[in-house]
Amino acid sequence: MSFLRPIIVLGGLLAIWQTAVSAFEIAPFILPGPLSVISVAFERTDIIARHALVTLSEILLGLLFGTLFGSASALVMAYFRGARAWVLPVLVVSQAVPVFALAPVLVLWFGYGMAPKVAMATLIIYFPVTAAFYDGLRRTEVGWIDLARTMGASKAAILYHIRLPAALPAFSSGLRVAAAVAPIGAVVGEWVGSSAGLGYYMLLMNGRVQTAAMFAALFVLALMAVAIYFVIDRILRRLIDWQNELDPAVHD
Amino acid sequence: MIDTSTNHAASYRPIGLSVRNGRLAWGETVLLKDFSFDVKPGSWTCLLGESGVGKSTLLRTIAGLIEPTGPTEILDHEGCALRDRVAYMAQQDLLLPWLSAIDNVMLGARLRGEAVDGDHARDILARTGVAERANARPAEMSGGERQRVALARTLMEECPIVLMDEPFSALDAITRTRLQDLAVNLLAHRTVLMVTHDPFEALRLADDVIILRGPVLDHVGSPNMPIVPPGTVPRDPTDPTLRDAHQAIMHALADPTVTEKTV
Ligand SMILES: Nc1ncnc2c1ncn2[C@@H]1O[C@H](COP(=O)(O)OP(=O)(O)O)[C@@H](O)[C@H]1O
Ligand SMILES: [Mg+2]
Repeated sequence: MSFLRPIIVLGGLLAIWQTAVSAFEIAPFILPGPLSVISVAFERTDIIARHALVTLSEILLGLLFGTLFGSASALVMAYFRGARAWVLPVLVVSQAVPVFALAPVLVLWFGYGMAPKVAMATLIIYFPVTAAFYDGLRRTEVGWIDLARTMGASKAAILYHIRLPAALPAFSSGLRVAAAVAPIGAVVGEWVGSSAGLGYYMLLMNGRVQTAAMFAALFVLALMAVAIYFVIDRILRRLIDWQNELDPAVHD
Repeated sequence: MIDTSTNHAASYRPIGLSVRNGRLAWGETVLLKDFSFDVKPGSWTCLLGESGVGKSTLLRTIAGLIEPTGPTEILDHEGCALRDRVAYMAQQDLLLPWLSAIDNVMLGARLRGEAVDGDHARDILARTGVAERANARPAEMSGGERQRVALARTLMEECPIVLMDEPFSALDAITRTRLQDLAVNLLAHRTVLMVTHDPFEALRLADDVIILRGPVLDHVGSPNMPIVPPGTVPRDPTDPTLRDAHQAIMHALADPTVTEKTV
């Protein structure tokens, strides 16, 4: 049933779309109907898949680096009071400067390849992961720490056995946000300058007024984004299954 | 219930607790000053006092969680530092929600990087009456079960001194009485210092009662006329001498002049 629900919603939206396009006789280069989009997608599966693979790699690498840097920053901030004063401004600036404004600079520095897109995705992910994880690390139940200290636990043991698992729910909400925004970073990077990727392909098709192909690429991108979110959500749920037991919706 | 605590007695050399020149303060605010008290090896002492008087602060200081202020000395009966010989149990069960009951019981060993003894943990869970809950997570357990697991975790620490901060106050009356009896049974031969706000609980369980009524500390009763009735713990709650003692303690808690007479 949980699988069926999004399919029903999606199917309904597509049906409305197709009906609207036919009923109002909208020109296909303005808004193609879903049927023509699907047929283009099947005609050009190879080329779209090639570009999708590039974008997917950029997103996944961005997620990897963003999560690594974000987690490291959060740990440093939580454990070294001196470092906090240094990392915090970086964190805030990374969020205050719109990554879109940075995109041209990143392309200038790293070239037309994947590197600037990965950097974009990393930047966009860095803030939610760091902020959420840091918050989680700071909010450990004081009683747990007290108990561990009376048991003769070292600081490292407390981090590993108590603070980290206790921060996992917060970390995972950060990572979920990250998973949702990571594709934006990659695609914006591709728009600014690239020779591959779904963002590049969309611009190209847009310029050639092949709107249906553009929509096909957009769909694949959306599908990919949803799949990434879904997989990450699944992994996180498995990892912190104990948190579901605290879900208010379950107990009310 | 079978009393298995006796065959464990040999492994403990009971240790007394001695606080000298005590002073409790948060910054400039002095909660309690110039106090000293002893807890005899293997005895059970209850700390009474109204909320906010500093009971938890005192217990946490003895547990080594708060740096003792000023001249305060916290030693065993032979004048040695307590170090790792103190187990601590709080009002909340403090069970880690991501660990099963048995993993919570073995937490201390995990934290210290020692080998975990699953059989021993299972045995202790059986003695606290929750053997069949070994693999349950805290969220699946009742309040009473959780506190039993917390008690098992405290026992697992094998510490000769046990500090408890209102461990049963969140439980309903029947569950509380059961857990009190269980604790008395299982903590025999250990030195217990328990905070409670319930005079009746103190009278049922304690060999000695200390009242905190900042900025002073009183032993209720005297060596000649102890307020705690004689007899083995846990005492029968219907015992009339318990009711008299209860009244005396209520007086001491409410009226500052009374204790001067009774001490
Ligand atoms: N971490 C703290 N920092 C400052 N003051 C505290 C702290 N913890 C407790 N206090 C104060 O110390 C007093 C005694 O608290 P506590 O020991 O918890 O009392 P009790 O356990 O007897 O109810 C209270 O007035 C409380 O406000
Ligand atoms: Mg308290």
